Amino acid sequence: MKGSEILLESLKREGVEVIFGYPGGQVLPIFDSLFDSDIRFILTRHEQGAAHAADGYARATGKAGVCLATSGPGATNLVTGIANAYMDSIPMVAITGQVKSFLIGNDAFQEADVTGITRPITKHNYLVKDVKDLARIIREAFYIATTGRPGPVLIDIPSDIQMMDADFHWPKDIRIRSYNPTLFGHPGQIKKAARLITAARKPIIYAGGGVISSGAHQELKMLAEKLNAPLTWTLMGIGAFPATHELSLGMLGMHGTAYANHAIMESDLIIAVGARFDDRVTGRLDAFAPYAKIIHIDVDPSSISKNVSVHIPIVGDARNILIELLKDIKKAPNTGEWLKTVEGWKKKYPLTYKDDAKLKPQYVVEQIYEVTKGGAIITTEVGQNQMWAAQWYKYTLPRTFISSGGLGTMGFGLPAAMGVKAGCPGKTVFDIAGDGSIQMNIQELMTCAANKINVKVAILNNGYLGMVRQWQELFYKRRYSQVEITSPDFVKLAESYGCLGIRVTKKEEVRPALEKAIAADNTVLIDFRVEPEENVFPMVPAGQAINQFIGGLA
Amino acid sequence: MRHTISLLVENKFGVLARIAGLFSARGYNIASLAVSETLDPQTSYMTIVVEAKDAKILEQIKKQLNKLIDVITVTDYTKKGHIDRELILAKVKYAAKDKARLENIFNKYVGKIIQHKGEAAIIEAVGDQAQIKSLLEELNKCGVQELIRTGKLAISN
Repeated sequence: MKGSEILLESLKREGVEVIFGYPGGQVLPIFDSLFDSDIRFILTRHEQGAAHAADGYARATGKAGVCLATSGPGATNLVTGIANAYMDSIPMVAITGQVKSFLIGNDAFQEADVTGITRPITKHNYLVKDVKDLARIIREAFYIATTGRPGPVLIDIPSDIQMMDADFHWPKDIRIRSYNPTLFGHPGQIKKAARLITAARKPIIYAGGGVISSGAHQELKMLAEKLNAPLTWTLMGIGAFPATHELSLGMLGMHGTAYANHAIMESDLIIAVGARFDDRVTGRLDAFAPYAKIIHIDVDPSSISKNVSVHIPIVGDARNILIELLKDIKKAPNTGEWLKTVEGWKKKYPLTYKDDAKLKPQYVVEQIYEVTKGGAIITTEVGQNQMWAAQWYKYTLPRTFISSGGLGTMGFGLPAAMGVKAGCPGKTVFDIAGDGSIQMNIQELMTCAANKINVKVAILNNGYLGMVRQWQELFYKRRYSQVEITSPDFVKLAESYGCLGIRVTKKEEVRPALEKAIAADNTVLIDFRVEPEENVFPMVPAGQAINQFIGGLA
Repeated sequence: MRHTISLLVENKFGVLARIAGLFSARGYNIASLAVSETLDPQTSYMTIVVEAKDAKILEQIKKQLNKLIDVITVTDYTKKGHIDRELILAKVKYAAKDKARLENIFNKYVGKIIQHKGEAAIIEAVGDQAQIKSLLEELNKCGVQELIRTGKLAISN
């Protein structure tokens, strides 16, 4: 078998159904083999789109997403997408062509040191030097990408290796002596945690993306209900717990609900599950949750005590640990008074906006929730659109909110939606976008149209790079510097790509437009001309304690 | 504060770059680094002296190193028995009057004059950190023109 055939056979054995990518000089042998392969290939219009699509596919399906690009510029165009997946611990395998092995280091045409460039943004990467290693490397790559704390793995394959012959040998099992993720929590630590939980009076559960990647959402719900403890989540944890549940406090942190932030600040015990105490969550570190003891459940030991000091660390898979923890909690804590206090905050500081006759972005998001009856998968771009999508749609299931959390990549939402739809064709997929972000990967509308991947794009068009404008308004005396952004006529643009374009300027047009979009057997782009200077509130200024809100109605 | 850690790693190309990259990306400092193959040619051994301002940072350094796929084991010698040595090569001034002084020095330390040409001699010396430090203080009195150090090597005992 040729190297390129070994690659495709290995991908098939890994259960890969779809590859997102772009051809080029140093992947010609792979594309020649693809010609005979039954793996679906989606030709994006930019390699960055391919990386985000693979990422979106992975987030929605839980399987590793695969993207493929040529050497040099093809590979460097993947870089943002790989970094994005790395920051959010998303399983992804990126395959790049490389110049012929004997030319490496010679500044050959379209050569870049891709393993060097991606070293700090991959969980691991490989440069294949011998075709005999290829099958094993692919097997290892998928294993590394999908186990422990998931992440992207890159395989760089010189084009001569793609053409070389070798016997196909698929390793039966995989053992990497230096890579053994801890799966089960230490029983002693779990028992200690259980005792601490029983003794708590003001416990709060703080759930992150790790709950979703380990599939621990049911156990998480059982824990919250067993303890009768309120639960808050990070941006990455959205969907880990039903937002409609009475114990739900919504998201915490910089744009979290006031009651979630008050609750975590006043709590006497934080049970952190698959979350990493990011600065957007903790605000000023030395003021964070001063009365709380912390139990931290995480698969990555380096996440523990990185930002905040933890009393009981439990390293391992969140689901396995929660199962054991549920068994070990003999007596639930008495949380009656605490829940009353929390309920008081909910009444005093509700999540709200001024819903008047104007077309408000929050209203659009609420209507998307209403019209889809909460059954859609939402992707987002980055900025205000992302925060409104996080705040105003009630997610009840994991893998239904797909957003660039750690890296904050504008231009993520549309290609991610494409990947989501490719993985979940039966679902309605909405990209909640801004007029700035959508223009960063707008070319993927063509990919959607050409491949009949019907996604719905809701642009909350305010004529600004809204989140930056908001910061300039609040912290830079309204000196709006380079935040007014012009856009093409999105309706005509959508039409020119072969998609359906709808413009909405009035509140009463929102619902009919959404209904039309969902009914259309096409990719639809809706240009919602929303209130230009609407802000995302509540807001905690960077570097403040997270119960120090400014502005707005919180 | 300086801490000595050792790594057993896969002996593959790019491993040193991964480790060096981790230090620079996360803002950690390497005071010295020594690498070589072990008895098993598939693995390499690295002795790294790191600067860490507190225990929390040292902990993070170890955890992050452990996360690298090619790192097999991380050993922290801060509280673990070990022997450490460093080799230095130096060019020192070597006038006739220095001869007695140098010979005197090498009566106290493990080292010798390897060669001398005209007014300069090349010397080698081995010792632990304290020995190397005091040796260098004495050599400085002769006038050190050039100094090359291997960095610390450590082995558990």
